[in-house]
Amino acid sequence: MESLGLLLLGFKVLMTWKTLSLMMVGLTLGIFVGVLPGLGGPNGVAILLPLTFTMDPTSAIVMLSCIYWGALFGGAITSILFNIPGEAWSVATTFDGYPMAQQGKAAEALTAAFTSSFIGSLVAVLLITFLAPRIATFALKFGPPEFFAVYLLTFCSFVGLGKEEKHKTIISMAVGLLLAAIGMDTVSGQLRMTFGSQELMRGVNFLVAVIGLFGISEILLTMEESLSLKGHAAKISLKVVFQVWGSLPKYWATLVRSSVIGCWLGITPGGAIAASFMGYNLAKRFSKDRESFGKGRIEGVFAPETAAHASGTAALLPMLALGIPGSGTAAILLGGLMVWGLNPGPLLFVEHKDFVWGLIASMYLGNVVGLVMVLSTVPFFAAVLRVPFAAIAPMIVVSCAIGAFAIQNAMFDIWLMLGFGIVGYVFKKIRIPLAPLTLALVLGSRAEDAFRLSMIGAAGDLTVFWSNTLVGTITTLAILLLFWGPIGRMFGYAGRVFSDPTANPKT
Amino acid sequence: MQRDVEPPDEEGTPAARQRTIEIITLAVVLAFSAVLMWDNWRNGIDWESSGPKPGYFPFYVALICAGAALYGLVKEVFFPPDPHEPFVMRDQLKRVMQVFVPTLAFVPVTQLLGIYVASFLLISGFMIWVGHIKPWKSILTAYIFSAIMFAVFEIAFDVIMPKGPLEHLMGY
Repeated sequence: MESLGLLLLGFKVLMTWKTLSLMMVGLTLGIFVGVLPGLGGPNGVAILLPLTFTMDPTSAIVMLSCIYWGALFGGAITSILFNIPGEAWSVATTFDGYPMAQQGKAAEALTAAFTSSFIGSLVAVLLITFLAPRIATFALKFGPPEFFAVYLLTFCSFVGLGKEEKHKTIISMAVGLLLAAIGMDTVSGQLRMTFGSQELMRGVNFLVAVIGLFGISEILLTMEESLSLKGHAAKISLKVVFQVWGSLPKYWATLVRSSVIGCWLGITPGGAIAASFMGYNLAKRFSKDRESFGKGRIEGVFAPETAAHASGTAALLPMLALGIPGSGTAAILLGGLMVWGLNPGPLLFVEHKDFVWGLIASMYLGNVVGLVMVLSTVPFFAAVLRVPFAAIAPMIVVSCAIGAFAIQNAMFDIWLMLGFGIVGYVFKKIRIPLAPLTLALVLGSRAEDAFRLSMIGAAGDLTVFWSNTLVGTITTLAILLLFWGPIGRMFGYAGRVFSDPTANPKT
Repeated sequence: MQRDVEPPDEEGTPAARQRTIEIITLAVVLAFSAVLMWDNWRNGIDWESSGPKPGYFPFYVALICAGAALYGLVKEVFFPPDPHEPFVMRDQLKRVMQVFVPTLAFVPVTQLLGIYVASFLLISGFMIWVGHIKPWKSILTAYIFSAIMFAVFEIAFDVIMPKGPLEHLMGY
């Protein structure tokens, strides 16, 4: 297998003391970020991104992806011990994880969470190892129309499959696309939407927007809630670890089901959040003993954690192979790639072999090391949670400001970040989703370029998006997904009518 | 995490309603897209021999955005799903302001005194007055944090940050 050889190359890239120590630093920072309720995967990665500007791309991506794994692991600690999900995707973990902690089985719950996280990630990384190079090879044949069709598919699937009200998703996405277009037009060199402002000529930086939208707004929301809470202490002993691992084979069906759901939802832009709920609900539905869910059942921890991690990891697959991020955090990693001068997309597999395979190898190693680290350091990180929020909040604000400034050395960006903080707070409260905005902001200019290049190639003929089977299929699929809601209802209606001839069509 | 900021008030009165904020936001989005449509229209939204003009793509995106905002406005004004749902309670708003106002002040102070001094002031001030933590603890924490930041960014990673008179005195 060619992939295996290349993976070995990746491990070779990784096996230097410098990279390994960066990995440890990344994991520690990541768990921190995951544990603190005011921070999460996307903001943590965005705030810490400037630290990597002076590194070479491979070290930088290894550290950043380890922050991401750490954040995924860390989210489980707060959900189980304190009943506050550090991340939206750990909400489903609290359903059974916290009751377990109340019954004094915190160690079991934590071990179950970490182990299933590990399994979920591992399945997704295996998928990436063997599938991503193939997709990339296939995508090398893509021209501008195909790329535009894929971007369209991404945008449409957000609108069609998202749980939020459609017009809100559309607003979020359109605002992202518009912000991405501010500044110099890459095709004609003309200034757009700058209104004579020097500061706007640079354009709105993606990372500045993300730090504001996620970091600052999250602080405002956390302050608003102001819960006083009591946590459970936990210490994990080896005996408990082996007990839980011994029980794993019993739950193989749950683990497999959640991994598949997670991989699937991670690749389609929908994110880890939906995956964790779906994993939980399906485990409940398939269980013989539904009543015991929500009262501290270990399966209720396995199911959402496996799915959340599988999808969080699988979200990196389309980013690597096609340059399209499957989640918010993947979008930020993609923004990082561009800062280091790498062009995300299928060419990455040809031009930067050591980078791509170093990253994939770091997913394996990062998860193994991460698992050992979280199992052994839980008491320490649980203690972090007892630090008063009044000390944490201003520190996060300062970190956000440093991150925003470092990207372009511009004071204006700190103001911009504050503005995005308010936008993020209001949008979250009135339920306008932020993920489409993030995605549109990072993909916007490339989508527009692909569109205009296709138009130039086809002399303004829109049928170029149906000019061959490949691009035609993707475009049609995109439009189908856009109208998924109404189409689904139509089929549901037709199904009811056909299966039950006596059904009243009006009901 | 202990949130020792303010004890939560069970009742509280709403400071704003969800519907009001939603209508304001949608109106702002609508105005924003209208301005951008106008600006892109000036750049040319039709086709030239080589393809669409620079304003074409953003113009239509802004049009879609305006359409979605208009739909939302009509829905909220005439058919609100829950007209009395609160957006934020008074005491919640107070706590949000407790963190937002210092953050707002932090930016001009950064411009004047540099980011390290500004963050020392923000952290120590916030811990003392909002968190009611003992002054010596607060000042020590803020000092250690700012010093670590300085060591990491200025000395170890060589990332340029806004600096003020204090750093110049120290020779940076």
